[in-house]
Parts: sequence; structure tokens; C-alpha cells
Amino acid sequence: MELTGAEIIIECLKAEGIDHVFGYPGGAVLHIYDALYKQDEVKHILVRHEQGATHAADGYARSTGKAGVVLVTSGPGATNAVTGIATAYMDSIPMVVITGQVPKPLIGNDAFQEVDSVGITRPVVKHNFLIKDVRQIATTFKKAFHVATTGRPGPVVIDIPKDITAAKTRFSYPANLKMRSYCPVNNGHSGQIKRALDLILSAQRPMIYTGGGVILSNGSDELRRFVGKLGYPITQTLMGLGAFPASNPLSLGMLGMHGTYEANMAMHHCDVLLAIGARFDDRVTGDIKKFCPTAKIVHIDIDPSSISKNVKVDIPIVGDVKHVLSQLNHQLAKTQKQLDESALKNWWVQIEEWRSQDCLKYDRDSAIIKPQFVLEALHKITEGNAFVTSDVGQHQMFTAQYYGFDEPRRWINSGGLGTMGFGLPAAMGVQLAHPDETVVCITGESSIQMCIQELATCKQYGLPLKIINLNNGYMGMVRQWQEFFYEKRYAMSTMDGIPDFVALAESYGHVGLRVVKPEDVQPALEKAFAITDQLVFIDFITTQEENVYPMVPAGGGLNEMILV
Amino acid sequence: MKHIISILLENEAGALSRVAGLFSARGYNIESLTVAPTDDASLSRMTLVTRGTEDIVEQICKQLNKLVDVVKLVDLTGDTYVERELMLIKVHAEDQVRDEVKRLVDIFHGQIIDVTDTSYTLEVTGDSEKIDALLQALTKITILEVVRSGRLGIARGEKAFC
Repeated sequence: MELTGAEIIIECLKAEGIDHVFGYPGGAVLHIYDALYKQDEVKHILVRHEQGATHAADGYARSTGKAGVVLVTSGPGATNAVTGIATAYMDSIPMVVITGQVPKPLIGNDAFQEVDSVGITRPVVKHNFLIKDVRQIATTFKKAFHVATTGRPGPVVIDIPKDITAAKTRFSYPANLKMRSYCPVNNGHSGQIKRALDLILSAQRPMIYTGGGVILSNGSDELRRFVGKLGYPITQTLMGLGAFPASNPLSLGMLGMHGTYEANMAMHHCDVLLAIGARFDDRVTGDIKKFCPTAKIVHIDIDPSSISKNVKVDIPIVGDVKHVLSQLNHQLAKTQKQLDESALKNWWVQIEEWRSQDCLKYDRDSAIIKPQFVLEALHKITEGNAFVTSDVGQHQMFTAQYYGFDEPRRWINSGGLGTMGFGLPAAMGVQLAHPDETVVCITGESSIQMCIQELATCKQYGLPLKIINLNNGYMGMVRQWQEFFYEKRYAMSTMDGIPDFVALAESYGHVGLRVVKPEDVQPALEKAFAITDQLVFIDFITTQEENVYPMVPAGGGLNEMILV
Repeated sequence: MKHIISILLENEAGALSRVAGLFSARGYNIESLTVAPTDDASLSRMTLVTRGTEDIVEQICKQLNKLVDVVKLVDLTGDTYVERELMLIKVHAEDQVRDEVKRLVDIFHGQIIDVTDTSYTLEVTGDSEKIDALLQALTKITILEVVRSGRLGIARGEKAFC
């Protein structure tokens, strides 16, 4: 039997086990929407803006490890999706984005709602395709999901002209696939593994620095085993939080620009650094010339181009973090070599001294609500088990510092691109993937307004998110930089015209709460979390000029922090 | 330092712009670039000349390898290789200049491939230094037009790249 291109697309999604598609219809994708309408295996979630669709698919992907799927129309549908695609690209999130295109004969004619989607998305995708024949659809989808989810994951765009979705052909989904130009390596080189382990075991002042790669590869268990056996200190990047439990004493918290004193000092003074699934981002390293001046570096990464890109490493291991860590665990079990226990003991004495600085202290008796206080209260009430998404800015850093993630895939935020507006739609994707779990979106009065239209989507699908709005009336992080580096000239960082968020939430049919006193924080959270069938928007009026500490100023080394 | 990189890539629409886009997005420079299908019509062979420190060229090669359309690449600079470039050049040629141009073309083992009463069109192949040298030799003559192919490269020896 012959199927239309649109029907084939749906069959491909079914074959890939896709249960949710996030999208917005339009002229070029009407055939596909008609095919969606005629079935009920693949559920379509109608967002209110295509950016929301990409972030929702992204949140879905980050919380499950499966590819998120987006369906948008040509022209503005595709361009609106670009921010979300770039967000996923920077954080290596698997995603397949289907963009409609004008009919093939019209391509290049400046047709209505025509844009060169493949051209526009090229720099922000792992790969993209323009389908020119209905017979290419099945293999292209197979390739797209394969490329998006293997190796270093990333978004893949499939651009499909409207006439191709109406054309007919026989459908069969390829069982397997061989691409001569794409074959990611999973296992690490055994010689390098041995060399790396020798170096790691010989360390006097070891340090382990892990990133989002551990989460992407589902390598958490292997990491815990390895670190637990060695008893070495570990720090995690913003993207890596949760891979190793924050509550474990071996964890020194996050490192980098807003990392803890102990993590950054240990990085600066270590003699052997093991970097796992992390890419030496500028927010992590500070001034590259001052980075880990005394360390020999081992770097495990699946992407060869991440190795020695920013920081020259001594022992590179290309491979999937999960595979390489289990190889290391295996080697560690066999080795005769002993740790230098006394050196390690001295190193921990030094680290505990740094830790005793208590760099995350803040005024717990403040008469005005402190954002840190809200996050600690939130951790308590959710028992640290919630899925937490965030937007971008101070609230994001406070969450990373104070929410203490113990499990992977629970902390969902835009690290690489730093996309304001990410939190709410991402939380929708997380909630749809985990209908029975608590999903919290931490945001601020500025970020939330970038995708606030998605409150309607939450209503339509009955998503009982808890939105924690840390409202200080400023673009907090912009203001902080202006305070530190522009003599408090707060150019355009003041948020005037802030809506009444309680009334706004209510107008969408949600529950709205406002909290202005510290003593009301706990009761308000209790009330909000007791409501399990409705979205609750809690507007916390916080201290206006709070800063995120510690801070490594741009151009500083990790040992040159501004402390509170 | 100059590096000459040979790339085999899928002969697909957009493959060239992926390579070119990578260079502009990451701020690498392309000195010359040639591309055409090989004997296998599904593959294109590209020769790309770039400049940079060892670290940058290493990154360039890794980033190129990461492109899904790139099947294989080799930095020819690491070994011995043969390099050729083709130049077509149209010069103003009248009176005694015609003889002089003819002599120069012979010295450089080139050919005159088109003639009018007032002009010659020349064809020369060789490594880039030879092409540059001919251009240098022609400085006293009015050059009307220059077309250079950019460099092609192939490794010496019997070992084949694909």
C-alpha cells in the first residue's frame, strides 16, 4: 500500500517510539497535521510560540535521554524555532526538528513564508536535511534520529517541502543504517586508559571535574563507583550537576565563575586533573593562562574536537563517558598500584580548610526574602527530588548553588547558550515526560516574560507545574555586572511595567500566590505543593540588589574569587 | 604556516557550504578551495589551503572531521605531496609585446590558448610559486584578467587516500 509523505512521517515517528511532538501548525505542514489528526499514537502538544516547542522538546529530551521532536511550519515557524535549536546545540541535546517548506517548485522564488531553513539552521545543528523526494523520507528520518542521539548528541533539522508530504510511495522503515561518514567511537583506547589510570593513582592532590557529558552518556553509576573507590574530591559544572550527588562529602559543589571557593581553589592547586565529559568552557576556566597551573590533565570526551581546544591536555581519551568509565573501573579493580594515602589525607585537610570558609553563607535573618532562602526551603519541601528547570541569570546560579542535586537529569537549564525564556517551556516537556513527578520552574520576573505565553499551553494540557518567580525587579545578573564593573549605572536592567503575576496566572486559569515576607515562604510553598492538579505561580518579592557569590571576574584565575 | 588539506565529502547539496560555513563561523581563514566530484560520483574531493598555528590546524581538521558529510580528510603538509594550480590569464598584446609574451609563455611551459589582434590568453599550470613567478614576470605587460584554480594536492607514493 502506498502512503503519503505526511503519513510516512508519522510512521517514522512511531517506529522511533516517539510519543510526543511539540509544535504549531501552518500552511506548509498542513498535510502532516492532517495525518497527525487521523491517529492517536503520537500525541501533539500545541505550544503558543515555536520557541516554546523547541524548549519543551529540549526539556523532554534532557529529562528522559530520548530525542525530543518538534514540528513547525516554514518561514517564521522555522525562524522562531532557531533559538531553541541553538540552545539544544550548545548543550548537546538530542532533538529532531521537522520544518515545513514551501513546495519544491517554489523554492528559491521568495514564496510566501519561504525561508532557507537549512541555511539558517546550519551553524546551530549537528546536521540537517532537505528532503527532495518522498522516497527519501524514511531513510532521512532514520539517519536524523541516529545522528541526533549517538556520539555527541545534538539537534537535527529535517526540512520538508509541502508537495513531498502529499506525494505517495510505499513505506518501509530501515532496520539498520550504515553511514560511511559518521561513526562515533564509544570505547576508549586501552593504552590511554592504562596511562590515565597510572597518572590518576600517582596524584598527590587529585581533582575530578565532570560535566554534562556524564549525564548525556548515562554514566552516573560508573562515575559514582569510580569516585567512591578513589575517594577523590569532585566538582561538577553547571551542566553536570546531579551526576554525582551534591550531598556526598566528596562533592565540592559547582566550579567556575560562580563555583564554590573549595572547588575553585582545589582546581587551582591540584596536581592531577581528571576532566570527564566537560569542555573547559570559559565560564569554568576563567583566564585560561591561569588555569590549573600545576596540573597534569586527563580528558575524557566523545568529541575529539573538544580535546585540547581550550586547554592542552596530557592524556586524551576519546570515547563515550559511560564506556570509558567502566573501562577505568575495570582497570582500577585489576591494578596493583596503590594510592598515596598520606598525600591524599593532607589534600583533604587543605580542602576542608577551604570548605570551612562557608562561601555560600548569606543573611538568613534578612527582613526581606533572600532568593537563597527560597531555594533552600524549596529543597526541603521537595526533599531534593523535584525536576527543576530554570531560566537564565542570578536565579539559575542560586539554584545551581543551593538546590543540591543528587540525581542526574533532574536539573534542566540552558548552560551553553544561556537562553532566557527556556525554563517554562522546558518544564512543560519535563512534566509531559514525567506526569507523576514534581516539576518546578525557577525563574525571575525578566526571564519568565520571554516565554510567558506558554502558561496557556500548561492550562490546555493540565500541567501542574510549580513556578517559583524570584522577583527582584531587575535583570539581576545584568545589574550585578553593572554594579561591579560599570559603577552601578543600571542601564536598562531595571524591569518596569512588571505585570501582576498573580492576576496574570489566574487569568490563564492557574493558581497565583504572592509572598513578600520571609516567614511566609515556607507556608506558601506548603500550600503550593499541596495543590497537585493545578499550576501554581508563586511570585516571591525578594531583595532587590542581591549578588551571586563567589564570583570569578572575567579575566581572573579560579583562585581570584570575589567572596561575600 | 600553510597547510594543504585534502577532503573527501559526500557529493550532496549543501556539503560545500557546511565546510565554508565552518571556516567563517570559527574565524579560520581559507586561502584557496577547489572542489569537484571524483570518479565515484557520490563523492567530492576538496583541496583546501589554510594558514594557522599547529594548534589551530589541528582544530580545523577535527572540526572538519566532525561534519557529518565529511568522509575522510588528510593534512597533506605532514608528508611529501605534489601540488598544482592552473592559471588562465588574458593580457594586452600588440607589436613587440606579442613576441615577449610568447617567449615568457614558452619559458614557463605554458600555452597560448586564445588570440586576438590585441590580446593573448595564456594557460599555465604548476605549483603556486611558479604561477606567482609568471605573474611577476608579466608585471610590465597589461594584464586584463586573471583566473586561478586554487591549489590541488595529492600525496606522493603508491598509497591512495580513498
